[in-house]
Amino acid sequence: MANKKVSVWTDIQFWRRSAAWVTGFATILLIWLSFDTIGQITMGTNADLKNGVDKRVPAATVINYHIDYKMNKKRGHEVPVIGEKQLFFGKEWSPKDAEALLRLGKLTEQAKNCMDCHTLLGNGAYYAPDLTKAWLDPAWQKGGPMQGMTGKNTVEEAMAEFLQHPSQYPTHARMMPNLGITAEEAKGLVAFLKHMSSIDTNGFPRNFSKTVAQFKAGDTNAH
Amino acid sequence: MLTSIKTNEFRGDKSKELGMMYFRVALILFGAQLLMGLIAAIQFIVPGFLFELFDFSVARMVHINALVVWMLYAMIGSVYFMLPDETGVETVGIGLGKLAFWVLTAAVTVVVLVFIFIQVGSGTETSIWLINEGREYLEAPRWADIGIVVVVLTFYWNVFATYMKGKQTGIMTVLIADLFALAGLYLAGMFFTDNISMDQFWWWWVIHLWVEATWEVFVGALAAYALIKIIGAKREIVEMWLWIEVLMLFGSGILGLGHHYFWIGTPEYWWEIGALFSALEPVPLVAMFVHVLYDWGKEQGKAKAEGHPGAVMNNGPAMAWIVTNAFGNFLGAGIWGFFHTLPQVNIYTHGTQFTAAHGHLAFFGAYATILIGMMYLGVQYAYGVKKLTSTFKSKMAIFLIVFGVLGMTVALTIAGYEQVLVERAELGGGWTAFFAAQDLPWYIQAQVWRAMMGVVTFVGFIYLVWDLLTIGKHAKAAQAAAE
Repeated sequence: MANKKVSVWTDIQFWRRSAAWVTGFATILLIWLSFDTIGQITMGTNADLKNGVDKRVPAATVINYHIDYKMNKKRGHEVPVIGEKQLFFGKEWSPKDAEALLRLGKLTEQAKNCMDCHTLLGNGAYYAPDLTKAWLDPAWQKGGPMQGMTGKNTVEEAMAEFLQHPSQYPTHARMMPNLGITAEEAKGLVAFLKHMSSIDTNGFPRNFSKTVAQFKAGDTNAH
Repeated sequence: MLTSIKTNEFRGDKSKELGMMYFRVALILFGAQLLMGLIAAIQFIVPGFLFELFDFSVARMVHINALVVWMLYAMIGSVYFMLPDETGVETVGIGLGKLAFWVLTAAVTVVVLVFIFIQVGSGTETSIWLINEGREYLEAPRWADIGIVVVVLTFYWNVFATYMKGKQTGIMTVLIADLFALAGLYLAGMFFTDNISMDQFWWWWVIHLWVEATWEVFVGALAAYALIKIIGAKREIVEMWLWIEVLMLFGSGILGLGHHYFWIGTPEYWWEIGALFSALEPVPLVAMFVHVLYDWGKEQGKAKAEGHPGAVMNNGPAMAWIVTNAFGNFLGAGIWGFFHTLPQVNIYTHGTQFTAAHGHLAFFGAYATILIGMMYLGVQYAYGVKKLTSTFKSKMAIFLIVFGVLGMTVALTIAGYEQVLVERAELGGGWTAFFAAQDLPWYIQAQVWRAMMGVVTFVGFIYLVWDLLTIGKHAKAAQAAAE
């Protein structure tokens, strides 16, 4: 009776079957959840923006709107708030042009390897600031040091100027190198950053650039 | 290690010879990884170092890609090494395996040269196809991705055909299933999207399901094989443990993917799913640790009871690295991972040096260690040594590398704390907050310590290479003299 089972706990077959079932179940659950998530993170449409339908990832034409990042009492953290129309590089972008610009921006972000210094949505390298809500950073707004330094009048123009000549505008001993970013590519990158700032990141980064007073008042420093 | 192919010590075991070819390239790339890490570490302290010549982004890109590629090389090498032992037959397509090796090595060389000399491209699809895909860890351009898929398919066919022809052990069955998933997952990282959330969603399918699921199972299979080989552990026990490990690793690791979906635009339900399953991820790592030490003690006790004096293991350095793996996997992947896996903590730690601390100890503890152990097994068999004992160099290598990596991890953890508390909690992120934290004296001090510990690690690496190149020859000579 050498083959008689002594206990299920020392039975290879039991563990093999359990491993297969657990793996299979976890995989099926992951695939099912992924379908749901993909539906939720698919980019919205221009019509959604017009009708005020909140999408976790809005359409590229979100660059035509003012974006804020405000405390949502119900959710308990900050969420992007898409507001009134706002010109971007002095004009309103058609859906086709906005999509093309965002695409150029994303391609440039990859080709210039931004993620090996910066983080995007918190992922990447930790040598340079996180860019998730860079568009909303007070430093880039009117009166902020970054906009002031470039001598430009809008966030987008200041950012585009900096991206083309980063080592001319040092903000720290650790500088951004010149990556040969063209004027068009810089516009694309700024569109990409503006679009990223409109993504609902469940409150990351928390208390973005806030002061204590603002935190207590439930206000925000982001614009 | 070098002469093993020239003198063909394997006496016709072509699969092991092929495995050694992979180990050699892995070791070279390991060295490249450390050099690039040193450059990047210096740039944290001396920002002007190689500025606009060899920027941090380039050093960091080569640092992490050399890491991934050397590990894949050592993994493929390990499989070719163990294949004849496990299946009882010679690997079926050795010629094809060798061809794939040279194709892969040529491709890796070209990619590295392009990374180093061309660095970045213009914002076009062409850049992504030819220069740099710009997605952390998956920077390899698309042409190389396709090449990697072809080479991996060749490798997989080789392993699968050999498995079908020979004995189908539990270890091999796990490997066959695991390698299939591992290879298939790479495809999830091979497309372009202008939606950054979608990009990151699929990117994590590759990164997480590699390093926190399929690679871990791979390590379980390697440890199982190595325990049988080195201390003569009983196959039934080892394989039963392996299935338990698969159950726990996949049971926690697959849905543990959720801990990367907290903040990338994905829905809130990942908070709960990610927190729960990733909190369970350390459990199998404890099991693996217990398993290795338990088996070792058991076999040693048995040998003593039977009246055999001395150590039970036939390969001292390999065993030392495998025990380091058991502990390092638990500490680096388990403990350091758990530190920041809950969303309540992660909202502050996400994207800080905390992640870097975890990354360093986890990749080292979980993967580098066991793969170095496999290289020592390779050397032992290449030179036909019955019992390989640690030399002074082996001990220096393991001591300095472990000490160096632990030192880097602790330093980065301190830097991470500073960043989390000041940049994130106090100042709420943002451009000025980031640099305010980078200028903190304790942060800078931590970065200096990290660089110094990097140098310690590198000295350890030199000992390691020196030892791997000489230990076999000396042990063989000593063995011949004793006989």
